[in-house]
Amino acid sequence: MTNAPDRFALLQRLLHWLMAVCIFVMLFIGVGMVSTVAPKYLPLILIHKTLGVALLFLVLMRLALRLYYGAPPLPADLPRATKVGAALSHQALYALMIVMPLLGLGMLWAAAYPVVLYGGIQIPALLPQSDGVHTLLWNAHFYLGFAFFALVLLHLAAGLFHALIRRDGVFEKMALFRLPGRTAP
Amino acid sequence: MKQSGKLPRSSLGSLVLIAAVLGGGAAAFAYSAGWLSPGRLTPGRMIEALAPPGGAPPGYRRNHAKGICFTGVFEANGNGVELSRAKAFAQGRYPALGRFNLGTADPNAVDATVRVRGLGLMISPAEGEEWRTAMINPPVFAVSTPQAFHDLLLAAGSKNPEAMKAFVGANPEFAGFASWAKTAPWTGSYAEEPYNGLNSFIFTNASGTEHAVRWSLLPSAKPIPVSKAELDERGPDFLEQEITERVRTAGPQRWTMLVTVADPSDPTADPSKAWPQGRRTVEVGTLVVQRIEPERDGPCRDINFDPTVLPPGMRVSDDPFPAARSSVYRKSYDLRTAEAKDYPRNKAAKP
Ligand code: HEM
Ligand code: HEM
Repeated sequence: MTNAPDRFALLQRLLHWLMAVCIFVMLFIGVGMVSTVAPKYLPLILIHKTLGVALLFLVLMRLALRLYYGAPPLPADLPRATKVGAALSHQALYALMIVMPLLGLGMLWAAAYPVVLYGGIQIPALLPQSDGVHTLLWNAHFYLGFAFFALVLLHLAAGLFHALIRRDGVFEKMALFRLPGRTAP
Repeated sequence: MKQSGKLPRSSLGSLVLIAAVLGGGAAAFAYSAGWLSPGRLTPGRMIEALAPPGGAPPGYRRNHAKGICFTGVFEANGNGVELSRAKAFAQGRYPALGRFNLGTADPNAVDATVRVRGLGLMISPAEGEEWRTAMINPPVFAVSTPQAFHDLLLAAGSKNPEAMKAFVGANPEFAGFASWAKTAPWTGSYAEEPYNGLNSFIFTNASGTEHAVRWSLLPSAKPIPVSKAELDERGPDFLEQEITERVRTAGPQRWTMLVTVADPSDPTADPSKAWPQGRRTVEVGTLVVQRIEPERDGPCRDINFDPTVLPPGMRVSDDPFPAARSSVYRKSYDLRTAEAKDYPRNKAAKP
């Protein structure tokens, strides 16, 4: 265990927090834009599409880094069930980060809307118009969006639990800075 | 640090903090989603207000529900280039797809009972250059704001005879539309109607100069006034039958597209206010309608003529309607595509 890193690589940590902020923004803009008819609807949906596609690129980078660097081990005294839960929830987060943007894009393609991002970047359609496909992808984007938010909250709660209550160094693995007076066990 | 099964007392504060973070996050999310603001005008509430007394017929557009598809070309004469760098204005012939329609939420409405006639149009010069617009025959819109449109729908649908009076009192701009509705002659054909975009947009030309504009389609066919009483005698679908027959026997039907350029002092944020006579206009091309197809199996059915689908060289202005329309049309589209089994195509679906 001596050569196992005690925290994620700097690039991994930077990406984690950048994406965390962006995903929060995406979820809030998502539910906000679909519930307004005000002029801000247009800039909000433009940000939603642009940031969502950007996140797709970021998560691919992040997965590559994860495969290359791996992850530091969890504390040995963590109950087995907790470890399994952590692994599963992290896999689900990765899956959602990949799937949500793809569903968003697919839903627009299947509705024959041109997909134009900030700066006029145009994404060509990879699906033909289809009522059935549009509805399927719309439902998936909708329900998984809420599941995503729930999972993000759970993840946040677990992180804070490690940071404030267990104080077992798990939070510090992803923290951007070493907290004063704390060392990984 | 050694963890035992029990939490030390100092953890209580931390637990409260965690609960507060989660609760705060969830509350902020609920606020963004509008769940804590029942007064917010959402696309869902607008759709509810549009619904006819018996509820919206599933599978159809939530407004302008009755219509018929057309295909043809837009022949740009090149004059529009001075106003906008959109490809649709560069001299040439571009595919056009559209829909003649009636301003009603009832897909089975009797044609002679609907005052407002409309036209949805999509011009596709090239990938990334698509231009969608949805236009109607009155010269001004009924109200100044999307909120007022919602109020109008509620008042018009209300059983209370005072509701409309109260609405008109609070929204005097309605008079312009009301006087058009009362006095403008009816015609017996979609081909004899003008269609006005009403909303203001900003055009940008190749050198970056911007102009606020509105656009209209003016018919080549001469409008022949027909009394309402006479239209009542015609069949419930006479408009669809007439346009089908006219294109089949008389050939393609044409409209001149006219762009009106605002003076800096003209109101761009209010489609109920016409701009003064004498504003500069530019004829930018001709819409040629070549073929009519029933909506059920036609190419316009599954298109959302969202007025914010604009090519480079056009963008929205301070007019609040295009954004509101985009949000509501999207919701209408989500609903009707999800209900497609209630309005099935006759042809087997394309794979
Ligand atoms: C991390 C990525 C994403 C997340 C977390 C996300 C989340 C959401 C959420 C929460 C909603 C609101 C659902 C509702 O309440 O109705 C939404 C709606 C929407 N999203 Fe996303 N989204 C993502 C990516 C994308 C992308 C990449 C696009 C398109 C390029 C997109 C397009 C849309 C559209 C068009 C809607 C409105 C759907 C409708 O009601 O018609 N999303 N998204
Ligand atoms: C806030 C105001 C408005 C609301 C809430 C509203 C609502 C709607 C809805 C729900 C649809 C059906 C969309 C679909 O399912 O594809 C529709 C279609 C249409 N609207 Fe509006 N509308 C508004 C303002 C206007 C204005 C200002 C115009 C004209 C300048 C207009 C012209 C049309 C036309 C022509 C169609 C039919 C398009 C087609 O054939 O698909 N609307 N409207």
